[in-house]
Amino acid sequence: MSETLQHIVIVFGILFGLLTLAAGLIWIERRLLGVWQNRYGPNRVGPLGIFIVLADMIKIFFKEDWIPPFADKKVFVIAPTIIMFVVLMSWAVVPVAPGVVVLDLNVGILFFLAMSSIGIYSTVLAGWASNNKYSLLGGLRMSAQMFSYEVFMGLSLMGVVIMAGSFNLTDIVNAQKNMWFVVPQFLGFIIFFIAGLAESHRLPFDMPEAESELIAGFHSEYSGMKFGMFFVGEYVGVTLISAFIVTLFFGGWHGPVLPPFVWFFLKMMFFICLFVLLRAALPRPRYDQLLSYGWKILLPLALLNIVVTGGLVLAFE
Amino acid sequence: MTTVFYIASAIALLSTIMVITRYNAVHALLYLVVSFVSIALIFFVLGAPFIAVLEVIIYAGAIMVLFLFVIMMLNLGEVAVQKEKEWLPKQMWIGPGILSGILFVLIVYTLFQGEPQWAIVDMIGPAEVGAELFGPYIIAVQLAGLMLLAGLIAATLFGKRVKFKEKKEKEDS
Repeated sequence: MSETLQHIVIVFGILFGLLTLAAGLIWIERRLLGVWQNRYGPNRVGPLGIFIVLADMIKIFFKEDWIPPFADKKVFVIAPTIIMFVVLMSWAVVPVAPGVVVLDLNVGILFFLAMSSIGIYSTVLAGWASNNKYSLLGGLRMSAQMFSYEVFMGLSLMGVVIMAGSFNLTDIVNAQKNMWFVVPQFLGFIIFFIAGLAESHRLPFDMPEAESELIAGFHSEYSGMKFGMFFVGEYVGVTLISAFIVTLFFGGWHGPVLPPFVWFFLKMMFFICLFVLLRAALPRPRYDQLLSYGWKILLPLALLNIVVTGGLVLAFE
Repeated sequence: MTTVFYIASAIALLSTIMVITRYNAVHALLYLVVSFVSIALIFFVLGAPFIAVLEVIIYAGAIMVLFLFVIMMLNLGEVAVQKEKEWLPKQMWIGPGILSGILFVLIVYTLFQGEPQWAIVDMIGPAEVGAELFGPYIIAVQLAGLMLLAGLIAATLFGKRVKFKEKKEKEDS
């Protein structure tokens, strides 16, 4: 009984922590962007402006939730729920600390990849159901972008899988006790990072939204909490990619002195801040450049990484 | 686990029927995705998590997104829905309905003949699947690889030919 109780506590703990973090990221991102762009950012409401999160939430809950009459209503409503569902499901396999994981699945990495490939539907369907040419263009861009980047996102992780000998994330973290995988798998890390950036469609790769070209792209027609779901889904997606980078390449919860959970959190926050920094620092590439960069450079590199890693592991065994 | 299996199967059947009966192509496609996910769940329940996850990644994720991409490019609207309605009149359903009805009766009959023998041996992990694929089934893997390579080469050729044509047109003009 106590084990079941413990499990329930873990499930709700991670869910609650995650949603709080995602809401907090609204403030963190805007403040950090302010710092890096030499301005203040939101600093009026509460200490350092942190209550802007509450104000934003109140605003978004009380906005009129409007479905355009020309939209495909059912699909329009389903689309934003998919992204929330998928990112929260993916978090189920992330081990936060020893034993603190919702679902200790023996195909953990593949489960994450499966969920992220389902996640494409959210934006693509949103773009299609809105029945608006800008949204449709955003949806089309999204499907091509996610589809190409998903291929080597999976391939870039295989080096880690070869070295750890398991798809289970807890095993992978334990295999990094002596050396983080970022050292032998540096190439894999870089490729995964870029692919993760494209998957979560954050700024250097936010072609599906591209305010200046597509007026927010796939979610132009969304308002109120439906837009909020895309918004929160994106932030949870960023935490998810950061958490995976930490788990797969930076030793997960391993670290001296501090408790495991704190190490995991600190490492994850570092990568979240890096995501924000990239948003502040990099311009958006052209769309065809993005795709040819993916297929012509990153894909061969990911394949090379697998071959070399596999060969070396075989040679030294 | 038996209950999960039956529920997942029922969802798979229902969603597949919905795929066939929808007039709107995108709605049909969404039901197909649901069908694939429920089939993945069946695999999972039967002790094959690796295949289950691959089913979601490859069929529900990759291939269906390509379909969706194409349907979105075609931009089918109300006209296409009307056309589908004309192609699928009510009388169309009589023949397939009777045939699948007989099949359904047969399935129910066999189910009530006796308790089905559940072949849940163990959970078969990714390592075992890999060892099987690259052991006794290596030829099948290589043949599949060859086929995909052929497809890849063909696709590259199609991409190239457009460029060649453009060049020729430029030279001609």
